[in-house]
Amino acid sequence: MTAAFYLAAAIALLATLRVVTGFDAVHALLYLIVSLLAVAVAFFLLGAPFAAALEVLIYAGAVVVLFVFVVMMLNLGEKAAAQEERWLQPGIWIGPAILSGLLLVELLGILWGLPGVPGRAAVTARQVGAALYGPYLLAVELASMLLLAAVVGAYHIGRHRPEEGRDG
Amino acid sequence: MSAGAALANVFGILAVLLTWAALLIWVERRLLALWQDRYGPNRVGPFGLLQVVADMIKILTKADWVPPFADRLVFILAPAVIVVTVLFSFAVIPVAPGIGIADLDIGLLFVLAMAALGAYSAMLAGWASNSKYALLGGLRTAAQTVSYEVFMGLSLMGVVMLAGSFDLREIVEAQRGMWFVLPQFIGFLTFLAAGVAESHRLPLDLPEGETELVAGYHTEYSGMKFGLFFVGEYLGIILVSALIATLFFGGWLGPVLPPVLWFLVKTSVFIALFVLLRAALPRPRYDRLMAFAWKAMLPLTLLNLVVTGAVVLARSG
Repeated sequence: MTAAFYLAAAIALLATLRVVTGFDAVHALLYLIVSLLAVAVAFFLLGAPFAAALEVLIYAGAVVVLFVFVVMMLNLGEKAAAQEERWLQPGIWIGPAILSGLLLVELLGILWGLPGVPGRAAVTARQVGAALYGPYLLAVELASMLLLAAVVGAYHIGRHRPEEGRDG
Repeated sequence: MSAGAALANVFGILAVLLTWAALLIWVERRLLALWQDRYGPNRVGPFGLLQVVADMIKILTKADWVPPFADRLVFILAPAVIVVTVLFSFAVIPVAPGIGIADLDIGLLFVLAMAALGAYSAMLAGWASNSKYALLGGLRTAAQTVSYEVFMGLSLMGVVMLAGSFDLREIVEAQRGMWFVLPQFIGFLTFLAAGVAESHRLPLDLPEGETELVAGYHTEYSGMKFGLFFVGEYLGIILVSALIATLFFGGWLGPVLPPVLWFLVKTSVFIALFVLLRAALPRPRYDRLMAFAWKAMLPLTLLNLVVTGAVVLARSG
């Protein structure tokens, strides 16, 4: 179980690294899918099968599909990959590496102080639902308002204005 | 379950599925011929049954060719994705008591997740082919899949509410008194529409659309890579039919006959329904396909959810 977890974690890390360093947008998205699947496996092994299923269903299955859709529409070719290669010079990694390193140190410091995972009792979908509509009700309502605002905004941007005609 | 029994289950189900998928090519052509008042393949072997073998020999001995302008790695990966994801879904389908590969608490969500991943196959095939017809097919797949997936999941939540579980075995057991098709008739209809769209079957096979897009996303494919898309499609039909039988028609439950046989009979009925749909209905225009999903199916599914929720709440106290 522990070995499987570390394997999944290693795959997630490697795949994410390839997402950041890759030059080809579609290949980077493919690595992102691998990374999300590996994170789902890690969730599953930690006893959160519901979160694992949603990770695959929503992130890998819906959000990244839309990313791929947009990249396919833009139809980036060799030129875009070459441009990406010019942007990602070795010197450009210094700043982000320092900042991420600081965050990593901070994260490790926090994780050090936390108690270990108590046992491996799986969290069922029923428990997740009870928690969402119990103590976290306010957060759920806030998220739903945010999503509603996004839907209204998308409708406004995407609507056809009558004077421009259907093709406008 | 002992290790031996588990292995027998895995390889037994795999062998049955692959044989069934291959046979479906013959079944579909004969059924279509029957409904269109002609013979269909009837020359090779008894009733033309060996037509499948002849086709296999042909497709497996063809040159395995990758177009020089394609993105090689993704081009080879794409046909495998659909077969792998659909076969994974069968891991949680309960065939009968004691037959089935895995019992997962979140079985239904697992199937939906695999269906969502399966969409990448056609999208990546369309993109990696680096040809305009294939790309258009890939774009259509992306839009169609995302639209129909939204209410595919929601259409099954009524069943989940009534059964109180995502576990497919528990959902079957919960139908001992009454099949869920009766209280969830709207759920059944919407899931059927989503299932046809997700498996890219006629009349909703616009990503392929051979009258306008040559052959859509698999225009550039040949040989067994092309064959894999078809194996994936037929496996998808079996999967959706098996899901309908499990979720709405009581799975293996039934009198007299052994449970496995009930499951196979129910699944076969819906496979025949898929073929009948292909024989009977014309392909819709693309914008109507999208409008149908968002303006008709999604509101209907949400209404079904609200009513089911209210009924479940009222009955529980």
